[in-house]
Amino acid sequence: MDVPDVRLVGVRKAYGDVIAVDGVDLEVASGEFFTLLGPSGSGKTTTLRLIAGFERPDEGRIELAGRDVTGLPPYPRDVNTVFQDYALFPHMTVAENVAYGLRVKGVPRRERRLRVEEILQIVQLAGLGNRKPSELSGGQRQRVALARAMVNHPQVLLLDEPLGALDLKLRQEMQIELKRIQRAVREVGITFVYVTHDQEEALTMSDRLAVFNDGKVEQIGTPAAVYERPENAFVAGFVGASNVLQRFGRTFTVRPEKIRMSADGGTRRDDDNAATGRIRDVVYAGMFTRYVVDLDDGGELVVVRQNLETSSTEALDARGRRVLLEWRADHAIETKPEREENHDSSS
Amino acid sequence: MTQLVEAGASLRSARLRLSAALWRRPWLKLALLLAAPVLVFAVVYLGALASLFVSAFWQIDSFTAAVVHKWTLDNFRTLWHDHTYWRITGRTIGLAAAVTVTDAVLAFPLAYFMARIAPPRWRALLFVAVLLPLWSSYLVRIYAWRTILAKNGALNWVLNGIGLPDAGLAYTNTAMWIVFSYVWLPFMVLPVYAALERIPDNYLEASQDLGAKGSRTLRSVILPLAIPGIVAGSIFTFSLTLGDFITPALVGGAGSSFIGNIVEDKVGQPDIPFAAAFATVPVVVMGIYLLIARRLGAFEAV
Repeated sequence: MDVPDVRLVGVRKAYGDVIAVDGVDLEVASGEFFTLLGPSGSGKTTTLRLIAGFERPDEGRIELAGRDVTGLPPYPRDVNTVFQDYALFPHMTVAENVAYGLRVKGVPRRERRLRVEEILQIVQLAGLGNRKPSELSGGQRQRVALARAMVNHPQVLLLDEPLGALDLKLRQEMQIELKRIQRAVREVGITFVYVTHDQEEALTMSDRLAVFNDGKVEQIGTPAAVYERPENAFVAGFVGASNVLQRFGRTFTVRPEKIRMSADGGTRRDDDNAATGRIRDVVYAGMFTRYVVDLDDGGELVVVRQNLETSSTEALDARGRRVLLEWRADHAIETKPEREENHDSSS
Repeated sequence: MTQLVEAGASLRSARLRLSAALWRRPWLKLALLLAAPVLVFAVVYLGALASLFVSAFWQIDSFTAAVVHKWTLDNFRTLWHDHTYWRITGRTIGLAAAVTVTDAVLAFPLAYFMARIAPPRWRALLFVAVLLPLWSSYLVRIYAWRTILAKNGALNWVLNGIGLPDAGLAYTNTAMWIVFSYVWLPFMVLPVYAALERIPDNYLEASQDLGAKGSRTLRSVILPLAIPGIVAGSIFTFSLTLGDFITPALVGGAGSSFIGNIVEDKVGQPDIPFAAAFATVPVVVMGIYLLIARRLGAFEAV
């Protein structure tokens, strides 16, 4: 890796007694789509605000492209932010909003107009430049916010739950759209740092992601690595459903979709990669059904099964049945137990 | 006992019938809500204004001092041709404008501090400080200023104390400017505060994020969003000054008459028609002022 575009070294930030970011180390490579994933209050947004310069760290160092910016205010930093609720200036038109950064930097009027037109084309808002933000839909405002940040060709684009205010359908569309835009601007070399609490969003969009919990980074890796090889119980539980098995005094996790479920023939098999139990709960979700199984040896496992040949009544009828659960040995991943301190201070 | 219970039940059902009837007829609900204010507005307010306009076109019989109900433009002709009235109108409007600008300049930083910087305790304290003068009579405060600005008043006493000559402000237009700016300041601070307080923090963050320093953010984001508040405040300061006659009478000098003072004189003579004619001038000026404000987009909701 060359000089990383973003580098955090031992960054700490507290508000009074509450430690929002507790010693975070991160490196984001140039051009990467990097996601900060975590539950609310886990410190991911504060980390983003520290990179943007809206907050100053109590300890640690923040570098952008090798330059120490820890003590710098937001305006000289070569980053731009897409805010969660967009923060579009209501008294300016779409074009004026987008042109704001260029105008502040003294880009000549002609070039400004060209660049605004170009970026509005990329976010598919061509022709809406004269509208006021209040005349746009949520998805359109989202694109304006994106355009306003990207038109400056920042080294790093910071996105704070940019799709959080949109409904599910629009969000899924915008996820694809955002990836398309990221590819479109990759030649310019914009690095994306993306904050979300939505694990599915993080898995679909990121090149790499960092899982946050209680102000600390639990794991950094590619989506596949984080999903398939979670390092501890928190990551296993937050990225995907929590399926924790205690065996021989060790902790394993098995993804719900990796478990084969069949009727229990009554033959107790002496197999490490199987368990018997009784279905306690059935949640029918259209495309698939989620079964919660109480294990005979204690504990529970969630099993997800596609409704390939099962109707909803059949699925719901399974409640109370005895079942045999099996999985491939390599799909049971050993995880470290969750850190103790997580339980003391859940913020 | 049973009778009481029955009476209660029938009362409840009568109430239900009434509220259901109202629910079915929204216009009736609206009529009940607005009847009193509309009546007062139409009769008391518009009625008074209309009678003012009408009487401006009447005349006074110079012999009997009785009002002659004959339509004439004589009052307006006198106003147009007599330079004294032009001068008085100019002075009134000029001072109202000066007071408005002064209050806007003074109120903005104060309101900004209150709305965006001050911790809650400070904010509460400043609110009290801004509003406190309004709890005492307007007359008392003007008399207070009279004693401050008087030849042997507090101001000159302080100035002489540190070896400076008298300020000589008593009974001048400058004195009026100071006093007006003081008495109307709260009316500017409050709307500007309300406008500034409504600006979300992340607009300012977005501006900084896009490369703007503080002064640029102030000019391009904060000030434009505060304009509706400043205009609202200026409507107060401008119109209150425009219609005042007490401050000119108490702290103004020989050449400090306002439109209001002339109107008061004429009412006392009595020459109600001429007073009415002159009184339409501030109404028209205010109308023009509101039109300009609207043209500038001050009333557009953002």
